[in-house]
Amino acid sequence: MYQLLKQIARTGIVTERPPAADESLRLVEQRLEQVVLAHFGRALSIRHVDAGSCNGCELEIHACNSPYYNLERLGIRFVASPRHADLLLVTGPVSAHMETALRRTYDATPEPKLVVAIGDCGCTGGIFGESYASRGAVSKVIPVDVAVPGCPPTPAAIIQGILTALSSASARSSSAASR
Amino acid sequence: MSAALPELGIEARRLPGALPAWHASIQAESLRAVAQKAREGKARLVALWASDETTRGAGYAVHLALALPAGLLWLSAPLEREHPRYPGIADLFPCAARMQRAAYDLVGVHAQDNPDHRKWLRHAAWPGGQFPLRKDFDADARPEPGEDHYPFVRVEGEGVHEIAVGPVHAGTIEPGHFRFSIVGEKILRLEERLGYKHKGIEKRFEALSADEGARLAGRVSGDSTVAYAWAYAMALEAASGVQPPARALSLRGIALELERLANHLGDLGYLGNDVALSFGFFQFWRLKEDLLRLNHELLGHRYLMDFVVPGGVARDLETSAMARLLDALGSIEREVATLRTIYDEHAGAQDRFIMTGQVTLELAAQFGLAGLAGRASGQAYDLRADHPVPPYAGLEVRVAGHIRGDVAARVSVRFEEITESLRLIRALGAALPGGELRVAVAAPRAGQLGCGWVEGWRGEVFVALDAAQGGRLHRVHPHDPSWQSWPLLERAVLGNIVPDFPLINKSFNLSYSGHDL
Repeated sequence: MYQLLKQIARTGIVTERPPAADESLRLVEQRLEQVVLAHFGRALSIRHVDAGSCNGCELEIHACNSPYYNLERLGIRFVASPRHADLLLVTGPVSAHMETALRRTYDATPEPKLVVAIGDCGCTGGIFGESYASRGAVSKVIPVDVAVPGCPPTPAAIIQGILTALSSASARSSSAASR
Repeated sequence: MSAALPELGIEARRLPGALPAWHASIQAESLRAVAQKAREGKARLVALWASDETTRGAGYAVHLALALPAGLLWLSAPLEREHPRYPGIADLFPCAARMQRAAYDLVGVHAQDNPDHRKWLRHAAWPGGQFPLRKDFDADARPEPGEDHYPFVRVEGEGVHEIAVGPVHAGTIEPGHFRFSIVGEKILRLEERLGYKHKGIEKRFEALSADEGARLAGRVSGDSTVAYAWAYAMALEAASGVQPPARALSLRGIALELERLANHLGDLGYLGNDVALSFGFFQFWRLKEDLLRLNHELLGHRYLMDFVVPGGVARDLETSAMARLLDALGSIEREVATLRTIYDEHAGAQDRFIMTGQVTLELAAQFGLAGLAGRASGQAYDLRADHPVPPYAGLEVRVAGHIRGDVAARVSVRFEEITESLRLIRALGAALPGGELRVAVAAPRAGQLGCGWVEGWRGEVFVALDAAQGGRLHRVHPHDPSWQSWPLLERAVLGNIVPDFPLINKSFNLSYSGHDL
């Protein structure tokens, strides 16, 4: 126990500042009411869906929870069921065999909901493209709000994508006016 | 160059390249006899796949890759165009059962006497009776989705009930379906259903040039990108008769060990997390992130994707960068040593690890389990030691091992392998040869074969390549070691409680993408 406590004390806090939102990642205009965004902004629940990735993007999603990025400190956490989720974080390409499961997961997520597609394959189908077994981009199967490219995108880029989905242009302009 | 393999009663041709690998064509009727003799000689089945040879004026073919004490033997048996079938070998090599089912789903070659005739990789994306890896199957086709009927084995009796999990899981992991039959908390039976991630990788290879194929190979299973890219490059270089420069081989070795380190660090963190020791998660994931950032800074990518390219490597590691790498690895090593003491002395963690999810030596041997999980169950196979091709020749890789085959054993093997990988990186870095990083790889002639076999962090990654004309690919089969391990996960959980399943599953950390292709 002494060793464990010593290690914690020696390590200290390594968490870094989160990135800012990036509007260039946005695919569609904000679909959510301002009120809801204010609510989401304080506590967001994410359901991750791997719809057919190579598992590279999952490695970086895991890294978002590492102490350097510590996503939970922003009030953002991963939940075990789509029924508890505000946002779906989907990696692709969407395999034909995952199409139904992805649609069902989307349908099971309560409104209002956001979808962030992760990675080159989630954005376009990537190197796997579209074929008898691959539907390609996530947006071919469910509506997508924000798409984050990269192979895989870094944890900072993923967090940026999530924050972009949450932010709205009007929210920023009103906060700028009140400053 | 041909060699007689008297113990198998066949003549085989040595394949080019540093890897001790042979190829032989045999008649389908003698497949069982050869497999039987190989089994008696302690051979393991590495892979089984099929191919369509109708564009070459023949029928179909079934292929076996066997690990013999001397190296790798690739056997091909031609099958007739009408009703292609061959005698199944699942009774000799139990891990062949699912591979035979997959070979039917994709190429339509039928294994006689397979104990299980259900489909495996096919769900509803294409109907039964169509076979995506046949040459006349259009890759861009969108067949009418068929019915996805899959009969799970039912366990019946008083108090028995089922828990169906997946394909979308509760955590951030890949999709697959697990059907548990349980009494109270105890698992009576687990049946896996995989194939959800099937995204047509093998068909995709056939639309790419041999050079482009390297990028795809590096994305068969993202956590093993170095192992796959290397195995693919090894296969292509062999088929082209090209020898990569010595410096590139040493750098590939360093990259492969960095990949092993990153995955082992991540897994050790999650194994702590799964026994409520979140301290372990945060500590190990801090170290893993340090390593990933170092990879990015020194080699250009956090996971080293596209670092290994056909003919060599994409980037150099200069003297100053090497010094920086060795310095950073020294501090990771010291921290891991501290964390190992904490894990070993943590009664709560050890209580959950020990005797949980056991795979006995006998079972591991019967299923031909190799790689990390095999070494934790007394199967002392490690390609880096068994067939040390450059840059591993002369390094005398120490094979980690344990005999209990439980979660604790798989934790222990990971700790040991971290130490050994650090030693190997230092040894490779200290004797880094000069010279070029990459040589040109000419397009192999049509029909040239090559294979790659690399000890990735999870186990043996195998790639078989058969070239087509004009730098195209006739058939590429990448094989993940998870094929051998998945059936044993079903056994490892028996008698354990359902809440220990995530821990047991994590202790194997098998690939879905690499298996589903």
